[in-house]
Amino acid sequence: MKRLNWKGALLRPQFAALAAVLFINWLLFPGFFDITWQDGRLFGSVIDVLNRGAPVAILAIGMTAVIATKGVDLSVGAVMAIAGAVAAVMVTSGSPAIVAVAAALAVGLLCGLWNGVLVTYLEIQPIIATLVLMVAGRGLAQLVTEGSIVTFSDPVLIFIGTGAFLGMPMPVVIAVCLMLLATLAVRRTALGLLIEAVGVNRSAARFAGISSGVLLLVVYTFCGFCAATAGLIVAGDIRGADANNAGLWLELDAILAVVIGGTSLLGGRFSIPMSVVGALIIQAMNTGILISGFSPEFNLVVKSGVIILILVLQSPLVSQWVSARTTALPVRGPKRKPL
Amino acid sequence: MNRALRPLVATTAIFILAYMAAILQFPNMLSTRVIGNLLTDNAFLGIAAVGMTFVIISGGIDLSVGAVIGFTTVLNAILIMWVGLHPFAAFAISLIIAAAFGAVMGAAIHYLKVPAFIVTLAGMFLARGGASVLSPDSIGIKHDLYTSISKSYILLPGGGRLTIIAMIMLAVFAAGIILAHRTRFGSYVYALGGNETSAALMGVPVARTTILIYTLSSTLAGLAGIVFSLYTSAGYSLSALGVELDAIAAVVIGGTLLTGGYGFVAGTFIGVMLQGLVQTYIVFDGTLSSWWTKIVIGALLFMFILLQRLVFSASTPTRNVFWKT
Repeated sequence: MKRLNWKGALLRPQFAALAAVLFINWLLFPGFFDITWQDGRLFGSVIDVLNRGAPVAILAIGMTAVIATKGVDLSVGAVMAIAGAVAAVMVTSGSPAIVAVAAALAVGLLCGLWNGVLVTYLEIQPIIATLVLMVAGRGLAQLVTEGSIVTFSDPVLIFIGTGAFLGMPMPVVIAVCLMLLATLAVRRTALGLLIEAVGVNRSAARFAGISSGVLLLVVYTFCGFCAATAGLIVAGDIRGADANNAGLWLELDAILAVVIGGTSLLGGRFSIPMSVVGALIIQAMNTGILISGFSPEFNLVVKSGVIILILVLQSPLVSQWVSARTTALPVRGPKRKPL
Repeated sequence: MNRALRPLVATTAIFILAYMAAILQFPNMLSTRVIGNLLTDNAFLGIAAVGMTFVIISGGIDLSVGAVIGFTTVLNAILIMWVGLHPFAAFAISLIIAAAFGAVMGAAIHYLKVPAFIVTLAGMFLARGGASVLSPDSIGIKHDLYTSISKSYILLPGGGRLTIIAMIMLAVFAAGIILAHRTRFGSYVYALGGNETSAALMGVPVARTTILIYTLSSTLAGLAGIVFSLYTSAGYSLSALGVELDAIAAVVIGGTLLTGGYGFVAGTFIGVMLQGLVQTYIVFDGTLSSWWTKIVIGALLFMFILLQRLVFSASTPTRNVFWKT
């Protein structure tokens, strides 16, 4: 396995983009990089970006694996709502917090497994297979909460959303741990290679002896698990489960984070840490727009601009144009006109 | 019976059975009033779903329709109330902007070779954000034309009302059926959805057809936005949130194959009516909560996807096409 080339990794365009966004934020708000220590934890705008970006980063970790297999999971927002609802209803009915958290995570695994079965064994396109749970999932979450916003005061659940560990907010700690574990699992074992093989060509991977069915099941189940974790964090943060709004449209942010991170929607090569960086870029933009005084709705326009820019940069037209400019003299024939 | 018509027949049979079951429980549901309301309440969804049918038959997807509806309602309200244009002028401007928006998305999908999913996602953000930037608050529309349109209807036997917006929807469906099955453009759409490479080799103008498909979808979404603003007499940037999913569900329930190349505009009509029926039933029942609508629609969606697998797994070889550009 190739050693990580830190110098090369840090020169990636994503880091340049993140630095640029943070720099603009600093210009708009000179105190942006100030960090203070108070009540045993760190405070500051940068910490806030990390904290607010954690749920999308966690979703992006699972989503990266799914997209690397040439799939997509539209149901993560709904799964977040279901997991939050299950945890909230269980603690309010008197279960210990550990049981409630375990149950919420188990429900997330189950939702992921359902998606995986639809994609693997019924061979439904992922976008449609997960659409079913996206449509029905919010209804299920409302069924669990019986239509109301269930609030709770359980200290363990609230700690998951708003607590601090070694000075860092708990969501950030969870996101970093998940990222490290997932990265180690895919890069220190053959798992990453197998996922890429299935994403590039599922039949070829099967002929090469990879049990692609089991692998797809695992990937979708893992994505459900990540969504449930994010759902617990969001529920703990607002001290309640809101079946209508928890994780609403976050699936799109997660997909955007993965795309910004350089993973192709056509499957294959992927990078979990870069997707997390993508999530941070999105959150840094959100924060920048908020502190610059624009209305939050302006966010959507900026986001669509970013997507369009990435699409143009990744498109075959541009790469053709670049290669036409950079290749040396053609061997035969007249000189090619630049496109 | 023609094998290809099976999904359409299955959808129609399920709709009739569901309606009969509802009538057995609530005899009042068999009235032209209920049918008239079913048509009026789902008019905007039906119009958007016709455009979505063409997009899905061509093997693509359009996530921007709900946002375009929201944008059009706001634009209409601003042009009528703030600028002082006559509603018809506002409608024309809205439709032209929606059409241009769709054309740009279609061009991006074809020339940049990126999945329709992500391009229309960007379009969704742009339209929703643009609407919020124009006006974050709801704008009420007061105009003589709006009141006269909402007051005029054809009285059906039995007291039902066939409103103008319901008639617009029925006209759009009729035009959609003719466009899909009786014109050259319709054949191109089916050919493109069957196999883009083969279609190109057979001489289908792929670029022009792709751009026209998304232009059609956005224009119809714009028309749905006009109908929605007539229906609510207001323009609001967050209106029609998530309608793209309802439209996709209606198309799938209507028997259109999600991999493209096969489907019916008429089936989409049944799909829209089936969703409306579920909502009406829940209103009639009174004890069921509104969230059951989502669960039932999800279950119907799942059932029809399974049905498609069963009907088509025998006749077509397994296709590994997950994304179509």
